[in-house]
Amino acid sequence: MTLTAKDKKMVKAFWAKVAGKAEDIGCDALSRMLVVYPQTKTYFSHWKDLSPGSAPVRKHGGTIMGGISLAVASIDDISAGLLSLSELHAFQLRVDPANFKILSHNILVVLAVLFPNDFNPEAHVAMDKFLAAVGRALSEKYR
Amino acid sequence: MVQWTDFERATIQSVFEKMDYDDVGPAALSRCLVVYPWTQRYFGNFGNLYNAAAIQGNPMVAAHGKTVLHGLDRAVKNMDDIKATYAELSVLHSEKLRVDPDNFRLLADCLTIVVAARMGAAFTADVQRAFQKFLAVVVSSLGKQYH
Repeated sequence: MTLTAKDKKMVKAFWAKVAGKAEDIGCDALSRMLVVYPQTKTYFSHWKDLSPGSAPVRKHGGTIMGGISLAVASIDDISAGLLSLSELHAFQLRVDPANFKILSHNILVVLAVLFPNDFNPEAHVAMDKFLAAVGRALSEKYR
Repeated sequence: MVQWTDFERATIQSVFEKMDYDDVGPAALSRCLVVYPWTQRYFGNFGNLYNAAAIQGNPMVAAHGKTVLHGLDRAVKNMDDIKATYAELSVLHSEKLRVDPDNFRLLADCLTIVVAARMGAAFTADVQRAFQKFLAVVVSSLGKQYH
């Protein structure tokens, strides 16, 4: 399920529309993930406040969206573009890759909430494929 | 038996009471057929499914989307025994329709996205959690009679 030229065009166009709200998207997606999938909280036991919209959640949501932005810019070779992030996740963070799907789902929910008209089925399938590709790139160095 | 909090019960009733079935049903099914195109395998006799526009304009998809969404009414009314409520439908999907039960999860995800889009900010994290828990129970119950 590789990204076609059509997918890449759609992702870039859609990202251009939503990038202005990247921090809000990241904050809301991460907040939802921690509430709806409480097992993900195990990765953040070092944070004082895990409640939706808290300062560490907002900051980290922004960090994650920075990575997504980088992936959009590297869409022709996501693995190369995300190489150092991939090594970070493999050797230091060691986040179970199943969680990439969980966070991706929550990003899609937030896109639906914030952009109900732009996030049509064609944008949805392109973003779903793109986020899956990002997850794959991040897991590349795991074993 | 699944334990539901008062918040979860109230949330599920409220979400479905406010839902426009004629809008959400077709939107969820057509989105599923676009986002997960392999699901089209079950709709060979639905005519033109060649692209997203065709799928979204297809009247058979729309009609079937409403049917499927109304199928959830029984679970909404019988939250304390969804498994028994869906035993017959599970047998139907397994033996007659031969639907891979993973498809229930795919449609549930699309329904979540559509409801999120319709409800906007009202689809809070707590509402999302209750809604996804409800759909997970439905999905599990529909798969229970497969053998």
